[in-house]
Amino acid sequence: MKKTLITATLAATTLAGAQLAAAARDYITIVGSSTVFPFATVVAERFGRGTTFKTPNVESTGSGGGLKLFCNGVGVQHPDITNSSRRIKASEVEMCHENGVTHIVEVLIGYDGIVLANSVKSRPMQLTRKDIFLALAKEIPNPDGTETLVANPYKTWKDVNPALPSTRIEVLGPPPTSGTRDAFAELALEGGCKAFDWVAGLKKKDKNKYKSVCHTVREDGPYIDAGENDNLIVQKLNANPNALGVFGFSFLDQNSDKVQGSLIDNREPTFESIADGSYPVSRPLYFYVKKAHVGVIPGIKEYLAEFTSERAWGEEGYLTEKGMIPLPDQERAKVGGNVKMLKNLAM
Amino acid sequence: MNKNTQRTIDLVNRNLAKRYRAEKRFRFYGLLSISFGLLCLVLLFTDIIGKGHSAFLQTYVALDVHFDADVLGIDNIDDETQLTVANYDGVIRKALLERFSDVRSRRDKRQLYALVSNGAGFDLQDVFRERPEQWLGKTETLWLLADDDVDTYVKSRTASGEAFTGRLSENQQRWVEALIADERIEKRFNTIFFTSGDSREPELAGIRGAIMGSLFTLMVTLVLSFPIGVAAAVYLEEYAPKNKWTDLIEVNINNLAAVPSIIFGLLGLAIFINFFEMPRSIPLVGGIVLTLMTLPTIIISSRASIKAVPPSIREAALGIGASKMQMILHHVLPLAMPGMLTGAIIGMAQALGETAPLLMIGMVAFIVDIPGGATDPATVLPVQIFLWSDSPERAFVERTSAAIMVLLAFLIVMNTLAVWLRKRLERRW
Repeated sequence: MKKTLITATLAATTLAGAQLAAAARDYITIVGSSTVFPFATVVAERFGRGTTFKTPNVESTGSGGGLKLFCNGVGVQHPDITNSSRRIKASEVEMCHENGVTHIVEVLIGYDGIVLANSVKSRPMQLTRKDIFLALAKEIPNPDGTETLVANPYKTWKDVNPALPSTRIEVLGPPPTSGTRDAFAELALEGGCKAFDWVAGLKKKDKNKYKSVCHTVREDGPYIDAGENDNLIVQKLNANPNALGVFGFSFLDQNSDKVQGSLIDNREPTFESIADGSYPVSRPLYFYVKKAHVGVIPGIKEYLAEFTSERAWGEEGYLTEKGMIPLPDQERAKVGGNVKMLKNLAM
Repeated sequence: MNKNTQRTIDLVNRNLAKRYRAEKRFRFYGLLSISFGLLCLVLLFTDIIGKGHSAFLQTYVALDVHFDADVLGIDNIDDETQLTVANYDGVIRKALLERFSDVRSRRDKRQLYALVSNGAGFDLQDVFRERPEQWLGKTETLWLLADDDVDTYVKSRTASGEAFTGRLSENQQRWVEALIADERIEKRFNTIFFTSGDSREPELAGIRGAIMGSLFTLMVTLVLSFPIGVAAAVYLEEYAPKNKWTDLIEVNINNLAAVPSIIFGLLGLAIFINFFEMPRSIPLVGGIVLTLMTLPTIIISSRASIKAVPPSIREAALGIGASKMQMILHHVLPLAMPGMLTGAIIGMAQALGETAPLLMIGMVAFIVDIPGGATDPATVLPVQIFLWSDSPERAFVERTSAAIMVLLAFLIVMNTLAVWLRKRLERRW
């Protein structure tokens, strides 16, 4: 009994091993940003259903984690495509090159808006990017007008701007590892930080200092790390009408009965205002393709064609239904053309 | 002397009431802890079941579908490819337009088409292909899968007419209300939830893929960890000399049992994926990683049950001339088996609920195709729950809770089995 068990185990293990060694991957592996994940998965599913190819695997690893896996090398054990909610950095391109990933195709797919929202039980907020910066930055320019920095003294929104309500500043947002947080700091905080001329002037003189002033979020309580799960933030906002939350537009779109977007620089976060660029806090979404895998892993070209087809990323495509904001027509045509030719990434 | 005893008994009597009270309090604290635990459990279950029960029903819409050969693009019903690529969405759209003939503008039409799920065309294909010659050119009343927004609306609709409108526009609400008034909307048991894999459309998403993935992963884990764990336990209990090396091993095993599981995931990533170049996201790697995690549990429980076999049995076997191996295989192992099985089942239940180590080896992924073996990419039940809880679509909220219910059911079955086995096979000495 025991003997047969052991033999069976050994046989099973060897068999599985042999099977593995023989198997060349016949499905696409996609990693990367959790923001692009909902869009990439829709395309993957449609692609799997509509063609004879297998459905691609999509993993949500975060933009940075995805690029790291992607740049690890060429071969079936490395992913073919990585999604990113920011552009690839020069240092990452270098890392890719060192590992033999020399040919990368960049695809800009659309935009995503970042919203500051509160519960529908309270009134919508009317903020400017300067208000957001003054409320959430770690250090702010001295309120007495001198060109010095002081630790953020503000406790309520009224302190920041007399036109705002006198509720305590309480903002629930993603943790530092999140791409959403990076984009929020870059677009909302830096946007408000530039409103101070002398700080904007720092950009030329001392770039690191400028970045640390404009991108560092305060740690003394008003900004609360609420984890990566945006649904959780929506639930918490519902329980606490005085708090604001930071998350992607698609969550606002799906939970319009619970939360409302704050106006930023007098613009309401709507599909239209993000698409035409008038809503100031929106970011581009990308994915990157390993050219060496095209033709080796079946279906990559066809997947690209599906993603860049009008019915997917077009103005009325199914990706917009999921909350992605499409590119303008002209840009879409240009990116689509580049993808068809598998044009190399140019930084 | 006499006076002394008198005094002792007085002392006892005087304190007796106090001691009884203390006893009562002590019992009460225990009871309180249990009630607190039970209360939490009840809260958890009511929350999950309250949110999740509606996921077991799915909304369907009845439409008079006219199988127009021109719209479908079929001129020869024996041609398989024609039947596959036919425009089934087209006939559904036409049926919707016929039902609501006042819809004219492109925008309204798009909203109208959105009432029916994207997957309805595939369902229609399946039913049509069973009898193409009968149905081609005919009109049939068919129940089609409704979109998730419609599903949420219908489910949240109360008797007084209030409902969660969500993303449904006023036009869409009007159409849905008209369909309800015609009794053309029905809630049925959601079989899709149990028969299909993951999907980004909540109405098409199911847990079959995750259940199969969990099954393959657990199979690999059991096949590897049980024999290895038992063999290690037998050696440590029966053969190993007691010296500082075995002490060191023992400390390490106990230590490993307490190591956070994500560390096993990192190990798996470094060894199996980066060094052995195995593919990501497959149950085989997942199973091996979970084996590493459950091994300490199995070794510890196996050792305990081997230790519980009385030495007299070993001595009797050796005394009548059995070799040490015969003594172990014929006497110790069969007697220790119930305890070892219980340990293995508890270890498996632990592995079933694990997500952290799988994150590292790529099993936290969107996988639609249902895995057919341990080397097909797959995900597992708790990961599926995690992925759905993170999805923006409203209809995934109830599906998340429903998936938790399924996972809990599996865990309850496994743990009951462990208790039952112990009760059934246990021997008292």
